Amino acid sequence: MAKEYRHIGKATPRKDAREIVTGRAKYLDDIKLPNMLYGKVLRSPYPHANIKNIDTSKAEAYPGVEAVITYKNVPEWIDGTPRHRRLLDRKVRFVGDAVALVAAKTKEVAEEALGLIDVEYDQLPAVFDVEEAIKPDAPQLYAQFANNTLPRGCRLFGRPKALQEVVMGDVEKGLREADFIAEGTCAYENITNPLPPEPPGVIADWEDPDHLTIWPASQSAAMIRSFVQPYLGVDVRAIGLQCGGSYGSKNCTLPPIGYAAALAKATCRPVKIYYTKEEHFSAYTLRLGSRIHAKVGIKKDGMITALEGEWLVNTGAASELTPGQVAVACGEAQLLLRCSNWNLQPKVVCTNRNPSGVVRGFGGQEFKSALMPILAMAMEKADLDPVEFFKKNFVKPGDGYYWRDGNWWVYRGIDYSRAMDKGAEVFRWKDKWKGWGKPTKIDGTKRRGVGVGAHGNADIGEDESEAYVRLDPNATAVLLACVSESGMGERSSLCKMVAEVLNLPLDRVNITPPDTLVNPYEFGLAGSRGTYTVGSAAIEAAEDAKRKLFELAAPMLGAKPEDLETKDGQIYIRGNGQKRISWMRAMGPTRTCTGYGRFEADFSLCNFMMTFVEVEVDIESGKTELVRVVAATDCGQIIDPLALAGQLYGALGSAGIDTALFEESVLDKTMGYIQNGNLIDYEWRKYRDLPEFENVILETPISSHRFKAIGVGEISCAPGPSAVLMAIHNAIGKRIMDYPVTPEKILKVLGKMKGQQSG
Amino acid sequence: MKKEEKTISLTVNGQLYELEIGNKPDEVDPSHTLAQTLRETLGLTGTKVGCDYGACAACTVLIDGKAALSCMMLTVKCDGKSITTIEGLEDPKTGKLHPLQQAFIDNTAFQCGFCTPGVIMSAKALLDENPSPTEEDVKQALVGHFCRCISHYLVIKAVMEAAGKRR
Repeated sequence: MAKEYRHIGKATPRKDAREIVTGRAKYLDDIKLPNMLYGKVLRSPYPHANIKNIDTSKAEAYPGVEAVITYKNVPEWIDGTPRHRRLLDRKVRFVGDAVALVAAKTKEVAEEALGLIDVEYDQLPAVFDVEEAIKPDAPQLYAQFANNTLPRGCRLFGRPKALQEVVMGDVEKGLREADFIAEGTCAYENITNPLPPEPPGVIADWEDPDHLTIWPASQSAAMIRSFVQPYLGVDVRAIGLQCGGSYGSKNCTLPPIGYAAALAKATCRPVKIYYTKEEHFSAYTLRLGSRIHAKVGIKKDGMITALEGEWLVNTGAASELTPGQVAVACGEAQLLLRCSNWNLQPKVVCTNRNPSGVVRGFGGQEFKSALMPILAMAMEKADLDPVEFFKKNFVKPGDGYYWRDGNWWVYRGIDYSRAMDKGAEVFRWKDKWKGWGKPTKIDGTKRRGVGVGAHGNADIGEDESEAYVRLDPNATAVLLACVSESGMGERSSLCKMVAEVLNLPLDRVNITPPDTLVNPYEFGLAGSRGTYTVGSAAIEAAEDAKRKLFELAAPMLGAKPEDLETKDGQIYIRGNGQKRISWMRAMGPTRTCTGYGRFEADFSLCNFMMTFVEVEVDIESGKTELVRVVAATDCGQIIDPLALAGQLYGALGSAGIDTALFEESVLDKTMGYIQNGNLIDYEWRKYRDLPEFENVILETPISSHRFKAIGVGEISCAPGPSAVLMAIHNAIGKRIMDYPVTPEKILKVLGKMKGQQSG
Repeated sequence: MKKEEKTISLTVNGQLYELEIGNKPDEVDPSHTLAQTLRETLGLTGTKVGCDYGACAACTVLIDGKAALSCMMLTVKCDGKSITTIEGLEDPKTGKLHPLQQAFIDNTAFQCGFCTPGVIMSAKALLDENPSPTEEDVKQALVGHFCRCISHYLVIKAVMEAAGKRR
């Protein structure tokens, strides 16, 4: 069970709490640099076209306009994985694709100038469906991507290898050994929008032609810099601001930064790009489209003997980091299923709609949401309780898997069966589960059903982090780590870890602003990695600094450094509190003690989340209500219970559970635009429609670092959508294999739509 | 046009502002929304603009004590009105926070914090009118607020706690 600590595990106010509740926290929209211009983007009305003519002369002559950029004078900057997307191109590939950029003295002038640009397009046929796009005669988005399919084998995460498929054992043999075989197709293609409240944007300012400073609205100043630097080929300083939500989507989406950097270069002035909500909907990161055709073999006892399938990943008009998301999802598949025989073949495909990119769940949510309903078919054939299925199949200590780096890792974490059992107990799963396709309760036209999903990610130990901790003589400490704040409270959690190591009051520990100029190397917050990776570096740095302090103090106390302790800025011999000296005395007034810590990537631990849901379907109206959610996890040790609770409740936001019920970007399949691209028509979870929501958090020590903790926030959404699909199946006795489950789909499957025979 | 029609007066957080109407940088353009005037003319950036078309409620302020969407209100229509923004909740003399602000801190009733100023203003309007709300009243008062981190559960707890302490 969890240890008692001074700060760790206790609810403490967030370091930035006062700024947030008083309105003093500064977000991008609140920042104005002297002499700053505003940039705006002219966007394509067509899903696929060549620009035949573009005349910018009227816009250039418009008073207040300082620069107009088109494909003719744009810098040769190409982003994407693999690199393929020009900042501006002669060809546009989705409704909302950038055609021209304007910088002007005010937003209004920039907006007006866009209207003065004359563009003549040669329209091209467009393709939206993933299986249409891979046909030989389909319209081609990029000359280098034959059949609109991305080649495999590009470098990912700066590593030589990347996992791009799961192939092992003998699938034929595995299928022969199975007691039951299930085969099916499921589509999670509602390309939902994570939709942080704050629109995306950035300010860019060139110091000289080789040095760019950016202030991005970003989840991680550090990560965005690591993408922008090779993109622009210059030295970049990134300064993080308070970020109004990201959910992955503001970690490495480069176009807005390219627009601001290009306009700033053209005008030699700082330029701010700040998207409107419409642009946020029509020209910014969506979830990946995910369609799986798969065949699975299962034993009577629930062991999966083989999985063979094709995973069609629709990345839209560009691939931001899609092969990276495929790599992680392929690893996560193996954490979910302890199966020996695999042939899972992903295919990343481009289509003519707003690009997909990084969103919380990072490909894993998209993959699981499409795979789980096919696994459910197998479970039904074997008549298995899904909780028992997950207990049997989820990774156990000593099991191995290929992770996203292409290497084989042996799992050294805990068995999550206890979390599954505890979650089931709190949910009262055993009472509510009546078998496949069977409702928990019937009340008139209302059918209750329950479902469950599971997910885990070994990216909690991904990549590298560094930290310094500096002790000041006045008994304060500063953590130097490049960590931004977009809602997780990680900056505060890291201060708690340092305060715990140094035994200082929490208000005596601070963390530097997320500025890449002053901080050591940091990969950035992603994949729930902060707690383990940055945490490890911060702890090591604090311990190192403390050791240096004790070396100074030891002669004064006539003791060995290893026999010393400190509390509240006083140093004493362990077990003897009588003789004490202050940090000031030990260091002197003109010295600081700085420690260093570094974390090296470790993919041998994973986190875990199980989501139980209960839904109520009205079989007359087809309407489904989410009645109750229980989220079960084991995080080793809670750092801050309220920050963690917030992350787990987040399952209902950022295109999570509700992608199974009502969230959807409705793509017009002839004109190629998103029909509901605004906050009125795009449905979102409201205060009056909150389900009962309970978190079950176990604390079984996990071999991560000193505090035995791991992060879990990134995966809180991922198991939810498929759990809802399962619950609806159980409520109505019919299976629906695509998302979201709208009232129309329910009535249709029940044979209650007009023109249908009643069922 | 009579001279007095070229200026409007707003009381913001207790301070009276006489603003010229016009299109110079420090003037209020007739097309300016209250959100724009607060943020850009008066520098009160605590009020956030999320969608700028009245669908997310991030920009909520109090106009004569009632919660209102400042992105949907033209400043010229606010002549003579008294406006309270998130910056106006602290006690200006002591720096003491409003009980709602304190409750939000104590319950970490925010994640990214972008919607928080608007949510607090709506909650204040509620508590000013109904000092003993039920959870349902709180949900109803906050129904228009777009929060994507899902801090709803902790916000409801914070508002109920603040109500309890104020009674």
